[in-house]
This record gives sequence, structure tokens and C-alpha cells, in this order.
Amino acid sequence: MPEANSILSRTKSFFAEIGDMTFFAGRFFREVFSPPFEFRELLRQCYNMGNRSFLLVGVTGFILGLVFTLQSRPTLMQFGAESWMASMVSLSIVREIGPVIIALICAGRIGSGIGAELGSMRVTEQIDAMEVSGTNPFKFLVVTRVVATTLMLPLLIIMGDAIALLGSALVENLKGDVSYLLYFNQVFNALKFSDIIPATIKSVFFGFAIGLVGCYKGYYCSKGTVGVGEASNSAVVYISMLLFVIDFIAVFVTDIFFEI
Amino acid sequence: MNSEKNIKPVLELKNLHKSFGDNQVLKGFNLKLFEGENLVIMGKSGSGKSVMVKCLVGLIQPDSGSITIKDQDITAMGQKELDLLRTEIGFLFQGSALYDSMTVRENLEFPLRRHKNKIDDFQGTEILVKEALENVGLLHAIDLMPAELSGGMQRRVALARALILKPKIIMYDEPTTGLDPITAKEIIQLMRTIQNKYHTSSLIITHDVDCARVISNRMILLVDGINYAEGTFEELSSSNDPQIQAFFKN
Repeated sequence: MPEANSILSRTKSFFAEIGDMTFFAGRFFREVFSPPFEFRELLRQCYNMGNRSFLLVGVTGFILGLVFTLQSRPTLMQFGAESWMASMVSLSIVREIGPVIIALICAGRIGSGIGAELGSMRVTEQIDAMEVSGTNPFKFLVVTRVVATTLMLPLLIIMGDAIALLGSALVENLKGDVSYLLYFNQVFNALKFSDIIPATIKSVFFGFAIGLVGCYKGYYCSKGTVGVGEASNSAVVYISMLLFVIDFIAVFVTDIFFEI
Repeated sequence: MNSEKNIKPVLELKNLHKSFGDNQVLKGFNLKLFEGENLVIMGKSGSGKSVMVKCLVGLIQPDSGSITIKDQDITAMGQKELDLLRTEIGFLFQGSALYDSMTVRENLEFPLRRHKNKIDDFQGTEILVKEALENVGLLHAIDLMPAELSGGMQRRVALARALILKPKIIMYDEPTTGLDPITAKEIIQLMRTIQNKYHTSSLIITHDVDCARVISNRMILLVDGINYAEGTFEELSSSNDPQIQAFFKN
């Protein structure tokens, strides 16, 4: 019986947290369109998130393309379908694997970073100091970060996809004697706007989720330094879960409009 | 030092109550701070001093009671009016609360970004930042990061930041906690110098008897969420009440 009570209370607190996050998102939408606008801080955050994630996303994307092609090659060869490699890899990466893997990487890199940074600002009273100085900390810290992740993640994903395709092209060039020109011709023949646009829209939502959950966890952090660790850790867990939910909804909606 | 009959307080708390769950922290606390006065609030750890001062600047909402600053009731204020009023108040946090991703210069520039028009003789951000740092003797640290400063230096920079908008009221939350006795004395001296120079009214939350003796014009002892005793340092330190005596024993 105590176990049932514990499960019940954990379920309750989970849904209470989802409710709080919804209010937090509502406050974001109220504040994002009202002046004053913190453009300088927004640019700084875009630079931090975009530039500092560039290498990580680039390396991950390159290895993703490389490994995916290497693993798929033997199977396609069995059916004599190596010529379909470029189409298959490009569609898989652009539609699904690229956005999801890169968003998960960014959840670890950016989401946990935001959670830890805002969490430590909360426990060391820096957020209170900002409020006391007559500056709205929600606007300065939360709005700028959520907007920055929403803008930067699609760019990082597009770049990661491109680098993944480059990795794939390298394998095809070395293993299958396919020229880069031919490979990318096949890629662009296979890809349609109906593949690229839904994936890009999806990545905008991924970026929003990463920024929002990271900020929420950090902004309401408590319990000192232990709380900072918890904020950072639970931000990654919640974001990862949320990314798959968003991905499912995005695929479902795309299927209705574009008939995958 | 002030006659309550003919001088209006710049800050007044009436019957302030605040609870966290079952824990009743403030049980009808009252306070008046007069212009140019240094009022010290003393209390044991966990007695609600910090909660009270956070209620004063709107960081915590009290359960009941009124808070009036310069004739304006802050519990009934909108966010914009409250932000504007906050520029009249300097706040020195217990742990300094410097923004650790910014340099000392950026820390001091931060309050000026939104409220420079509030300063009558505004001559430029750079001049104000340098003046504030000169006041605390740390001009040479202008481009350092907070992590590169000692605890005492951080407290001085935090004091410079609290002063940058030339507030009329300054609140100090445990200004000497965590500092060695020599640095603590320097900070107390600095607080006196600033009070003399800018004629500010100060509310000082502390449990440091030396700090209270040097700086206070009047003191309130906060015990169990109420004003237990009120008077000058001399009056309270010579009291025979064991509860009051406990504060002054080393």
C-alpha cells in the first residue's frame, strides 16, 4: 500500500510540474512580445549556443552519416540496391535521425547548461539581485534563452544534417567509388521540400522545448548546490522525453498533410 | 534620533505576517525607518530577518500587513511601479550576489541599463561606474571577474552596485557575515562613509554586535517573529532582560 501511495504522489507531482511548465510557457509568450526587448543579451545567447555547439554537432553529424552508411551498405548490397544509398540516407537523416539525434545532443549540451546556470544564479541570489535592481529577470534570462534556442536549433540541425551527408558521401566515395557530385545529385533528386520543411518546423519546436524546460528547471531551482545538480539532470531527462513526444506529434501531423 | 510625532518615516511596516506552511516566521512585525537613520534589526539565525527584508523589496509576498515605502504601499503595486520604486532602494545581499558571468564593470553597468534616466546629473555610464568603484576603493578591479575577487572585495563591489543608482534607502542583509574581523571592520567603516556622503537611510540586518554598536542609531530585536525590544544600542545592551542580554554576550 505505501508503494501505491508513493506511485500516486509521484504521478501527481509529475502532472503538477507539467501544469507549472505550461504556466511558465504562458508567461514566456506574454513577455516575449512586450517591450523592453533584450536584443544584446539575445545575440550573446545565440552566439553562445550556436557557436559553442558547432563543433559538437559537426562531429556528431559526421560520425552519424559515416556509421549509418557503413551499417546500411551490406544490407543494400544483398539486394543489389547500392544505388539507393544516397536517397535512403538523405531521407532518413533529413526527416528523422538528424533532427532527433542533434536535438538530443543539444539537450545535453544546451539544456543542462541552462538548467545549471540559472539554478546556480537562483541559489546564489543573483536572480533576486536582478529583480531588486528593477530589471525583469524572466525577460532577461528566460525569454532571451528560449528565443535563442528556438532560433539556433534549426540552424544547428541543418548544419548537422549537411555534415552527416558529407560523412555518408565520404564512405560511398571510398567504398563504392561513387563521386561526390553523383552522390549529392542523387541526394537532391531524392529530397523534396515536403521532407525538409516539416523537419525544419519540428526542429523549431525542439529548440523551444530545450530552452523552455532548461530555463524552467533552473529558474525554480532550490535546495542549494544539490538543487543545481538536480535541475541540470532533470532538465535533460524532461527534454529528452519531450523531444520524442514532439517528434511523434510532428510525424503524425506531417503524415496528415504530406502523406509520407 | 527622530521624533516620530513630526517626522514621516521613509519606510514603514505594519503588522507583517508571513508563514511557510506551518512555520509562522513573522507574527505581526512593525518597523519605521526615518530619513538619514541607521536602523539595525538583530535576531538569531532563522528568526525571520531575511524574510522580512525580502518582503520589503517585494521578493517575497507577505501573508498580511502593509509595507509603505516613500508613501507608496508596495503590496498594492503593479510590476512597473514596483521596478521604478526599487531604483530608490539599494540592496546588499548576504552572499554579495554578483553576476558571475559578468565583469565588475558589467555588474555595475547592469542596473544603469534600464534606469540611467532616473539619475538627475547623468554624465555617462563610465563616470558613474568609476565613481562607485572609487567610493569602495576598488577602481583597479574594474575589469576583473567576481571569481577573481576575495570575499571582502566582492562585498565592496556589491555595495558599489547597490549605490550606483544613488538610492535613498539602503538595505544590508548580514553585511559582515563570512568576513574576517578586519575586513568586517572595513566594510562597517565603508557603510558609515557612504551614509555620511549620500545621506541615505539604512536598514541593517545583522547578528554582529560590533557592527550594531558602530553603525546603529536605533535597534530592533526580532524574536519569534515580533519586535521584542527597541531602543539605542546603549539602552538595549544595558537591559537586564535575559533574552536581550543573550544578544550582547560574546
